[in-house]
Amino acid sequence: MNVGLFIPCYIDQFYPNAAIATLNLLSRLGITVKYPVNQTCCGQPMANSGFEHLTQGCNDLFIDNFSEFDYIVSPSGSCVLHIKDHLHSAAAEDKASGIRKKVYELTEFLTDVLKVDKLSARFPHKVGVHQSCHGQRGLMLAQMTELVDAPFSKPLHLLKMVEGLELVELSRPDECCGFGGTFCVAEEAVSVKMGKDRVADHINHGAEYITAADMSCLMHMEGILRRQNSNVKVLHIAEILNAQ
Amino acid sequence: MSSGTKDHAALSDIFNKDEARVDWHDETLWFVRAKRDKAAHNIPEWESLREAASQIKNNVLSNLHNYLIEFEEQAQKNGVTVHWAADAAEHNQIVHSILKEHGVNRLIKSKSMLTEECHLNEYLKQNEIEVIDTDLGERIVQLAQEPPSHIVLPCIHKKKEEIGELFHEHLGTPEGMADPVFLTAAAREHLRETFLTRKAAITGVNFAVAETGEFVVCTNEGNADMGAHLADVHIACMGIEKIIPKRKNLGVFLRLLTRSATGQPITTYSSHFKKPRPGQQMHLVLVDNGRTTQLSRPDFRNSLKCIRCAACMNTCPVYRRSGGHSYHTAVAGPIGSILAPNLDMKEYSDLPFASTLCGSCSNVCPVKINIHEQLYKWRQVIVKEGYADPTKKLAMKAMEFTLSSPFVYKNAGKVGRWFMKHAPFTVNNKLNLWYQHREMPEVPKESFEEWYKKNKKND
Ligand code: SF4
Repeated sequence: MNVGLFIPCYIDQFYPNAAIATLNLLSRLGITVKYPVNQTCCGQPMANSGFEHLTQGCNDLFIDNFSEFDYIVSPSGSCVLHIKDHLHSAAAEDKASGIRKKVYELTEFLTDVLKVDKLSARFPHKVGVHQSCHGQRGLMLAQMTELVDAPFSKPLHLLKMVEGLELVELSRPDECCGFGGTFCVAEEAVSVKMGKDRVADHINHGAEYITAADMSCLMHMEGILRRQNSNVKVLHIAEILNAQ
Repeated sequence: MSSGTKDHAALSDIFNKDEARVDWHDETLWFVRAKRDKAAHNIPEWESLREAASQIKNNVLSNLHNYLIEFEEQAQKNGVTVHWAADAAEHNQIVHSILKEHGVNRLIKSKSMLTEECHLNEYLKQNEIEVIDTDLGERIVQLAQEPPSHIVLPCIHKKKEEIGELFHEHLGTPEGMADPVFLTAAAREHLRETFLTRKAAITGVNFAVAETGEFVVCTNEGNADMGAHLADVHIACMGIEKIIPKRKNLGVFLRLLTRSATGQPITTYSSHFKKPRPGQQMHLVLVDNGRTTQLSRPDFRNSLKCIRCAACMNTCPVYRRSGGHSYHTAVAGPIGSILAPNLDMKEYSDLPFASTLCGSCSNVCPVKINIHEQLYKWRQVIVKEGYADPTKKLAMKAMEFTLSSPFVYKNAGKVGRWFMKHAPFTVNNKLNLWYQHREMPEVPKESFEEWYKKNKKND
C-alpha cells in the first residue's frame, strides 16, 4: 500500500509534533508512508474566504505531489474536506477526481481502511474530545447531535483503545469552537467567545487535555487556554494514539 | 432597519462587550435547540419526514408557475381577491390601497416576516396609518421601536426586566414589575381592546394550498384568528414560495414546523382560511420581491424551500453569540445570510462570511436546505462581483503567491517563525486580531519538513 502523507501548512510550520506522531503511528501499524517534500497548502484559507478562483496554483501543486499514491492521509479533517469537495483542475481533472476519492483524514483511514481494532498506546489522563465540525459534519467522522440516527464516532472508537485514558463527557458534544479559518480574525469577537465557551465546557468536566482530529481548532483553543494561564493542554489525536 | 455602515463583525463586537448578556442569549437559544432535539428524536421517521418535505418543495420550485396559477384560480373561486406584487414597494402600495378603499387608518397585524422584509409598518406609519402588532413578542419590539431579532421569537434578545420597563412606560404597569404572567395578562388586556376596535387585520401565511386555494396561518397565541375573525377586511400577505401542492402535504410540514421551531409537537393554532365569512372581504397578496431572481440562481434556489422555523438560528453558534440585530436584515441567522445578498449584494456582502461553516444549520433544517454550502458559494460570488474587502484581497493575492510555490512557502515559513521567535512584538500587538484575546502558537525549532529531511528522507 502506497500512502502519501499530506501535512497542512500550519501543522508543518507550528505543530511538527502532530505530523511526526502521524508518521510514526502509521509506521508502527506497518504502513510505509512517503512525505512529498514539495507540498505547501490545500488552498482552503483562500477558498473559504471567497477566493477559490485563486487556488489553481495550490491545486496543481497538490495534484503533482499526490496523484501517484493509493491513499493520501492527513491529520486534519478540514483540509481533507476541502480537497474532497473542491480540488479541481481543467488540465488534469481525472487525476483531481482520483485524489478526491482517495484522500483520508487520519482517524477515518485508521478505522475504515486499516480497520484498526487495537493499539499499543498509553495515556493515563482525563481527555476531552473536540469534534471538529468539518471532520464530524463534513467527513462524517461521528454522528451529529442534530440528526436522528444511531451514534458512532471514529475518533472516540480509537481513543477507547488507549490504555489509561479517561474520556470526559461534555455538555455540548459537538458545538463549534469558533476557529473557522479567516473567521477567527474577521469576526474576532464572536470567534473568541465561541472558543472560550468551548474550552470552558472541557474544563468544567475536568479535562486535563483537549484533543481533536483537527489541529486548527486546537490552535485556537490553545491560544485561549494560554491567555487564561490554564493548565489544560491541547494535543492532536495522533499524539495520543501514539503515546507510550 | 438601518445599521449605518456597520457590518456583522462590528455589530457583534458591540454585542460581545456585555459577556454576561451573550451567555444569557446563548443559553436561552441553546435551551430551544435542545427542546428541538428532544422533539425530533421522539419521531423515529424524522429523517424521512425531512426528506419528504424537501422533495415536496423541490416539486414546488420546479413547477412554481403552475401551482401559483392553480392557487389563484381556486382562491378566486372561494371569493378571495388575489393581488400580485413584484416587489416590496408594490406590496406596500397594494395593502395601502385596500385600506384607503375602506377608509381604515388603524389596523392590527399578526406576525409576518414578509411584512418586515417589505418594511410595511414604516410605510403605513408614513401614510398616517397606525399598525398594532398582536404577536406578543412583536408587540414588545414594536413598543421598543426595534426590529425583531429572531423570526419566531422576535424579542428573544430582551430580558423580562426590560420588558417590564417597556410595559410600565407604555401600558401603565407598575414600575419594577417583571413577572411574565402579570406582564402577559397586561398585554392581553391591551390587545383585546385593540382587537375589538380595528376594522382591518393583516396576517402572514405559512402554507398556501394550490389544490384548494386555502391558506394556513400558524400561531401560538391565536392572535391571527382573533384579528381576522373580528375584522371586516382580512389581508393576507405571502411570499410566492409558500405554496404547497396539496392539502395532504400539510401533514408533513405541520409535523416538522413547530418541532423544529420550539420543540412543541404542533403549533397551538394552525388556522385554515378558505373563504371570507358573509360581509367580510378577504384579500391575498402574492409577493415576489427577489424570489424569482433567487429561483434562477441554481446554487441558491434551494433557499426558497425555507418554512421559517428558525431552527438554523437557534442552532447557529454565531447567531447565539452575536444576536439577531447584528445581521441587519429582517430574516437573520444562517438562512437570512443566504436570502439577504439576493436582495442587495453590496449591503449584505458581509453576511455569508458571518459563519464558521460548521454545518449545524444544514442538519437541523427540516426541509434540508444546504445552508452552509450556499454560504460558501455566496462568498465566491461576492468576491467575484467585487464586494470583497480590499485588504483581504491583497492578503489573498500574497497567499496565492506564497502557497503556489514550495520555495517561496518554505522561506516565508522560516521568516515568519524567525520573527515570532526573535521579535514577538512584531506579531504580538494590538493590530493582530488573533492576539487580542489569544496567545500565538509557540514557535517550534524546526518545521516538519526540516525534521523529515533530517530524519526520514532516506528511510
Ligand atoms: S432555513 Fe431551514 S432551519 Fe432555517 S428557518 Fe428555514 S426551514 Fe428553518
